[in-house]
Amino acid sequence: MLEQGMDTPFLRPVGLVLVSHSQAIARGTRELAEQMAGGMVPIRDAGGTLEGAIGTDTMRVIAVIQDVLKLAEVAIVLMDLGSAYLSTETALEMLDKSFRSRVRLSTAPFVEGAIIAAVTASTGASVEEVLKEADAARFLPKQ
Amino acid sequence: MIDTARLKAWLRRYAELIHVHKDELTALDATIGDADHGTNMDRGMQAVLHILGDEEDANENIRPAELLKQVAMVLISKVGGASGPLYGTAFLRMAQAVGEKEQLNEEDIAQMFAAGLNGMKERGKADLGDKTMVDAYARAVSALSSSLAEGFPLKESLAQAISAAKEGSDQTIPLIARKGRASYLGERSRGHRDPGSLSTVYLFEAALVFAGEGEINHA
Repeated sequence: MLEQGMDTPFLRPVGLVLVSHSQAIARGTRELAEQMAGGMVPIRDAGGTLEGAIGTDTMRVIAVIQDVLKLAEVAIVLMDLGSAYLSTETALEMLDKSFRSRVRLSTAPFVEGAIIAAVTASTGASVEEVLKEADAARFLPKQ
Repeated sequence: MIDTARLKAWLRRYAELIHVHKDELTALDATIGDADHGTNMDRGMQAVLHILGDEEDANENIRPAELLKQVAMVLISKVGGASGPLYGTAFLRMAQAVGEKEQLNEEDIAQMFAAGLNGMKERGKADLGDKTMVDAYARAVSALSSSLAEGFPLKESLAQAISAAKEGSDQTIPLIARKGRASYLGERSRGHRDPGSLSTVYLFEAALVFAGEGEINHA
């Protein structure tokens, strides 16, 4: 199944949603994570407000979570600062129950967490493993 | 009794107060936050005004709960900062609290505000003393409920709630912020009023329209 890539009708075990206050940070982190995951993990970004300003957009978070859940069993959401967490929790409250049960929030560091989560998920690892590895990113030495 | 039209009058008044105090709210936020509270709240409440329609509009067919839910959705989608989800969640819970009712009595209003407070606390994981809007909101809710329970009329009870909210907002000044962007400042957040606590004061100030007060103010 792993070899079949993302255009298969099978759902990947894990997809990622990246929520940042900055559109550029969310997008850039997605690009970085996607490169590391070799196209094996569905990743979507939700950065900035509707107008592209600094902030978070709950409606966009809802939309990208739904997007990822078309491709993966579970969406793991990573967030950069406190109110990204607030917006994501609000998004969860507004999501349909059947979707909500397939979303997990990760408090891992945003950039390192996203990369490690993407790499781990690309190996076909379980949700719990991906969450655990992403969380361990906070202890990752820079060199 | 308070119907959808009266709730709309409250929201119009709130939008007006936010608009008038926009720069003040933003200036407070510039000191300890990201300098957008006034702008964000004003953008949100102007969008709320848009869904309220004309004052003469007889289209008041929707129930209070539906109106409150629509307001929640607008705030959540239009206010970019943390205040969007926080006030938005408060309004979502208010909508749940009023249920199917077409008309709200004083008790319903008190319960509506209390439900909003619970939503806000839950969403922000904040409590009294964290230097947030909860410091104003929680005091207003308990003043409103206890004043009504003591048999005071709605007008006096709302006045009590407003002064309690103001007092709560004043009390945020010496506190160290424990939530939001301001918490990154640690000790340096002391000596500044929390901007969210002030926008909450206006929410209760606007509620005087429930007692037929302060509706028209074009000053």
